[in-house]
Amino acid sequence: MSLASPGPALRSEGGKLRRVAVVGAGVAGMATALELARARVPVDVLSLLPAKRAPSVASRGGVNAALDVNGEGDSPRQHFEDTIRVGESLAHQPLVSAMCEAAPDIVHLLDRMGVPFHRTGEGRPAARRLPGSSHARAAFAGATTGHAAVSALDQQLRRFEGEPCVDARGVEIPGEPLVRRLEHVELVGLVQDDAGVCVGVVTQDLRAMTVKATPYDAVVLATGGFAGLFAGGAASALSLGTAAAAAYRQGAVFANAELIEHHPTATHGHGRATIVSSAARAEGGRLWVPRDPKDLRAPRDIPERERDYFLERLYPSFGNLVAHDVAARAIHRLCVREGGGVRDPRSGESERAVYLDLVHRAARLEPGQLRGVVDVTTRLGAGDPLAGPVKVFPAASATLGGLWVDFEKGEAGRPVRGSPRNHATSVPGLYAVGEVEHQYHGAQRLPGNALLASIFGASLCAQAVASYRGAMARSAYDLPRSIFEKSEKQRADEYAAALAGPKGGGEPLSPYALLDELRAALADGCGVERDDDGLARAEAKLAELDERRAAVEVTDSSSRSNQAAALARALPDLIDLGRLVVACAKRRDESRGAHARASHDARDDGRHLAATLARRAPDGTPRFLDAVEYTCVGATVHVSAAIDTSVVGPLAREVPRPHGSGRVSAPPAKDREPKRPARAERGGADKKDRPAPEDEEA
Amino acid sequence: MSTKKDDRRKVRLRVLRQDAPDKPSSRRFEEVEVDLHPSMTVHDCLEAVRRRPVNVKGAAIAPIAWEASCLEETCGACTMMIQGRPRQACATLVSEVSPKGQPIVLEPLGKFPVERDLIVDRAKMFDALTRVRAWVKLDGSASPAPAEGQGAQQGRYELSSCIACGACLEACPEVHDGSAFVGAAALNEVRALNLHPVGRLDRGERLEAIMGDGGVADCGKAQNCVEVCPKAIPLVDSIGELSRETTWRWLFGWRR
Repeated sequence: MSLASPGPALRSEGGKLRRVAVVGAGVAGMATALELARARVPVDVLSLLPAKRAPSVASRGGVNAALDVNGEGDSPRQHFEDTIRVGESLAHQPLVSAMCEAAPDIVHLLDRMGVPFHRTGEGRPAARRLPGSSHARAAFAGATTGHAAVSALDQQLRRFEGEPCVDARGVEIPGEPLVRRLEHVELVGLVQDDAGVCVGVVTQDLRAMTVKATPYDAVVLATGGFAGLFAGGAASALSLGTAAAAAYRQGAVFANAELIEHHPTATHGHGRATIVSSAARAEGGRLWVPRDPKDLRAPRDIPERERDYFLERLYPSFGNLVAHDVAARAIHRLCVREGGGVRDPRSGESERAVYLDLVHRAARLEPGQLRGVVDVTTRLGAGDPLAGPVKVFPAASATLGGLWVDFEKGEAGRPVRGSPRNHATSVPGLYAVGEVEHQYHGAQRLPGNALLASIFGASLCAQAVASYRGAMARSAYDLPRSIFEKSEKQRADEYAAALAGPKGGGEPLSPYALLDELRAALADGCGVERDDDGLARAEAKLAELDERRAAVEVTDSSSRSNQAAALARALPDLIDLGRLVVACAKRRDESRGAHARASHDARDDGRHLAATLARRAPDGTPRFLDAVEYTCVGATVHVSAAIDTSVVGPLAREVPRPHGSGRVSAPPAKDREPKRPARAERGGADKKDRPAPEDEEA
Repeated sequence: MSTKKDDRRKVRLRVLRQDAPDKPSSRRFEEVEVDLHPSMTVHDCLEAVRRRPVNVKGAAIAPIAWEASCLEETCGACTMMIQGRPRQACATLVSEVSPKGQPIVLEPLGKFPVERDLIVDRAKMFDALTRVRAWVKLDGSASPAPAEGQGAQQGRYELSSCIACGACLEACPEVHDGSAFVGAAALNEVRALNLHPVGRLDRGERLEAIMGDGGVADCGKAQNCVEVCPKAIPLVDSIGELSRETTWRWLFGWRR
């Protein structure tokens, strides 16, 4: 994981220290900065908040690595196949394969850094079987693995902050630490030279609200996903995707914007949801609903035989450990389409929820094993899942698509380490890593692969950036200042306009109100299951919001920590991003992983074994592409949208989704018992043959 | 998920505001009111205010500024004084702090410079981590970490759950403008790292770092930190253990 190169010049011709920027200080950003620092590339880490506040802390379940500590015969190859299957073959296989092979070293690295992984009896990192995995494979620190990884990476970065830059002759450069952190800044634009190459960033200080352009030899976006654009979701308050949207506005190609992960088990509070980590299912949590939909008894009063463990009934092989999309869709169908699920004992109305039950496991869990599940749900009023079942329902939790990034495949069919193409976006000089890019998960993420892909990607990306910086004909620091002044003025003017207030568009409205409407429209149109009416509604609503954005009024005129004005500035970009999501969801007329279309129930490898690529047209609408053409270190690179399935070919889902009219809720007891006694026990393949007439009962 | 139609109860917030760091004279309490919903948190209340920024008299106000990130009580961002106690707004239910409908008093943490309204600058918490050299000196190899027992891991896991919220500093009588005390969070980090099989290798350096001015000896043993820690980290135990170890090192350090 280290770089062995003599290193290019530390200073530009004009004598400036040549830095690169990493935007975002979550796991992906910090890991990238760390790799760059280890390769002696001076780096600035720019972030909205200090690193310890990064939304990565909410990644809880663990880090997958086929260490096979349980002796089950697990291997990186099994890990690879699980990833491809769960992702419905929409991830490039050479990359996923390399990631799964590197995974054990990544867990060792985190372990050495100080992540307190739970232990086997011999003192090695223990493994839990997360949903979607065929084996116990995730190393974990309670149910707060992401928090532990953030803390450890933050410590390592702090260590390099104290180290100076050293030039080729071994002379320390005074006042120039290898790593600098610039906190409370937001990326508001890229600086591009005449050829469109990214040569710096325009940032806004979120305290003093000043806008500034800064040259950087390369820029890495590690700004996370945009699941915060979905109402009722479980994403962090920072996950709006403003930086990705800014890059999209400036020409970066987006891929698979329609793929939104819905975590199946979230507790719903007022207007938002909180994920109950998949660690809960991994540690034996069971999902159930009362067998009789009209049963209003408290969960503890419902005897075992009157409970319907619907995932275990529908999917005998994986049971409660089906991947997120399968579980989310089953719960959604059960509660929304079939009107089942838990009912409010007073009103008798459906609460749109199922029970997540860990009570039977309470006595067997080690201390701390589910810490981070129990304390959070308890404190938020949903109850202690070890004491009684908690009510859960799916919620938008992560984005699987993002900025399109490239990778270079070598002769052996493996990614070429150190190629400047790896993790390069379609904007030369701009790189992306972590949830902001689209590459590692396909159509559904294998739980436990999020932190892994961020850290593996960081290593590949940092090496690519170092190569790119080494091969530059002219440093960004030697470009005329006028390029930067122009960008700076443009973004400062945009901010001033946002602050100045309405320019028509009807009744003045607050930026938060407009964001609420945007989030509601996306949740309506692009939820767990997308139907044509919903997509049309969302499309119309977003077009309307685009017109009304001129009416946004910021009532706060302060020039200090003006959060409303910062949001108002970003809103046009976010509306464009929203339109992109809806357009991509319409275009993918199939069901694959997290993208489920009610009208197109099957996966269509003939037409859709490809990324949905789009670039923003001048009017703000997306223009779809069949391929990306971009320039990398002087060469023109042409990459098609097709997915590289060169390792095993497209793999079918081991666990089929509840297809077509297949009902999720249990058939009424009096019919079920005599007529189909063995049906519930049989394998997944039977599901497709299931008779449809039941549907009419709904 | 259910919506109760006839629930029109309101909750009142009394918020201590300040416009900018250099405008202490702008400090004032502002009262706002929002519709109460079941399972509403303090964070949700502030969001409601932001959507419709008016005070109880109906006058338009600037939205209240506060920091938020993970919304799962794991990142520490939204820590503020709620009814006089440092807590995370995202994980504080209205029903818990205002069971009888009393106004909820929100103030910025008092031991840190105010940035605006409920936002404070907690940079000194992170600087303290640099002072105590809170990191492992990782080399470039890819070897597995040394084995660690299950009991040792569980102890270390408990110590590693700090979210850098600042509650322990807020509650500590030894943390004030005239003091250099690094605080319980940074000291706890030293103990966690010193217990790690790799971190143990340079435990001496970290102990030296907390032996001087502002180090572990500045703890006044008020034990407030452990009372307010949202993660129930045994901070007092950590400080006690480090006191013992630093004393031992001071006496016999030359032997190790």
